[in-house]
Amino acid sequence: MLCEECQKRPATVHYTKVVNNKKTEYHLCEQCARDKGELDLSFGFDPGFSIHNLLAGLLDMAQPQPEKVTSSSNKCPNCGLSYAQFSQNGRLGCGDCYAAFKSQLEPLLRRIQGTSVHSGKVPERQGGALRLERQISKLSRELEQAVEREEYEQAAKLRDQIRALRRRLPKSEGGGE
Amino acid sequence: MPKESLFRSLNSRWIVGEGPDTDVVVTSRIRLARNLRSYPFPHLLSEKVAREMLKQIENLLTLGSSKGDWGRLDFFRMADISSLDRLVLVEKHLISPDLARSQHAGAAVLISDDEAISIMLNEEDHLRIQCLFPGFQLEECWKLTSSVDDLLESNLEYAFDRDYGYLTACPTNLGTGLRASVMVHLPGLVMTQQIGGVLTAISQVGLVVRGLYGEGSEATGNLYQISNQITLGPSEEEILQNLGAVIRQLVEKERAARQALLKSNPLALEDRICRSYGILTNARLLSSQEAMRLLSDVRLGHALNIVPKVTNRVQNELLVLIQPGMMQRVANEKMTEQTRDFRRAALVRQKLSG
Repeated sequence: MLCEECQKRPATVHYTKVVNNKKTEYHLCEQCARDKGELDLSFGFDPGFSIHNLLAGLLDMAQPQPEKVTSSSNKCPNCGLSYAQFSQNGRLGCGDCYAAFKSQLEPLLRRIQGTSVHSGKVPERQGGALRLERQISKLSRELEQAVEREEYEQAAKLRDQIRALRRRLPKSEGGGE
Repeated sequence: MPKESLFRSLNSRWIVGEGPDTDVVVTSRIRLARNLRSYPFPHLLSEKVAREMLKQIENLLTLGSSKGDWGRLDFFRMADISSLDRLVLVEKHLISPDLARSQHAGAAVLISDDEAISIMLNEEDHLRIQCLFPGFQLEECWKLTSSVDDLLESNLEYAFDRDYGYLTACPTNLGTGLRASVMVHLPGLVMTQQIGGVLTAISQVGLVVRGLYGEGSEATGNLYQISNQITLGPSEEEILQNLGAVIRQLVEKERAARQALLKSNPLALEDRICRSYGILTNARLLSSQEAMRLLSDVRLGHALNIVPKVTNRVQNELLVLIQPGMMQRVANEKMTEQTRDFRRAALVRQKLSG
């Protein structure tokens, strides 16, 4: 959707104004909103305009085909949050929401995070196998580099470490401990 | 019962402590967002469940803190402390404005003795683990935050997904849940009018610039908070290396700008700094905006050895002391804006005269 004011930039600020009981909807780009004084960025501690409003705007753009998101049928089985509620306030209801709304969330995540998979810290309690896999792939990269540099002694050491770690992996994929 | 000194004293580690590069970098902060598996996120959490969760985490941490080397953690529910005290905690950077505003039954915070660690409960996420250090020391800050995280994790089941990482209420924190921010003082870049270009460049390498009190606050006193934008994909170490590398360059650029100013017109710079010092040590009415602006000059003056007497500690104390919440708390009375300006001027005079 393009900004109503300039018709050039995409509208990222969406709001409804009620004057004398008359409701009007506005769709503006950030710059025009600022020019019109609708986007108060001088804040103090006023939460008026937050990241969550912005996210809702991004969601609108990420969802050109509405047939997938037919309102209330699409709910998280754990916490009961509907996708409509999420797109309104930009907050998910629980960890399971990520699985429940995966297909709709993917385009949004690409937008705000880039296409990526978590490669950082892993909790010890749940991530036993995943931790090992991460460690193995890290050592494998080091092994390749060692071979390139023709440091064969170091490479042999790394190979043995990788073997030892592989033995600790559970037999079946995703089998946990 | 909240201990009184927390709301009146200025003993936070970031205020009194020493750190590297304090001529430009005021503080380094790490924040981790964590949630408990299968519980709804705070905004959908019922009061009853929220209370149970608080008990569990409070017990865990008061017991567990003996294992870490960070000493005792004090626990406060937001509902049990006045709005003025909450404001003071915001001004000391121990809690976020969002938590201070929160009406949530489970909204609470745990704060370590040296005020370097604060763990917010039921802000946007169940847990927000934060460490705040003086100067430029992201690595040390990360080590401490991660060790608190490890202790919590050894007893709690976190919401975690192998692809998405740590699951958070807002997708902008997904993955590592890590927000690292560094507060820098950039008067040189502002005066030499390079700041616009520098800030634009920073935002193009995946970093965000904010004001003194984080999300949604403006940059006063030439103080900027620079933090990572992306939380999913790169590892914690990569995020910190990226931010650290940019900050190092920023520090060099700021120092170069200061030297350039000193070289091109030393007298004008010295005059400006000494005038600001003069006003601060003599004014009878000081608004917080004016005070922040003048204190920025004095901070620069200290870094350039023009007003050497004003130590880092005094400058950091003043940064908090002149804020409305802290002033009213110290004076123990509600003040109108005019009396506040009068009190502020008196406080600043007193502090600067030692």
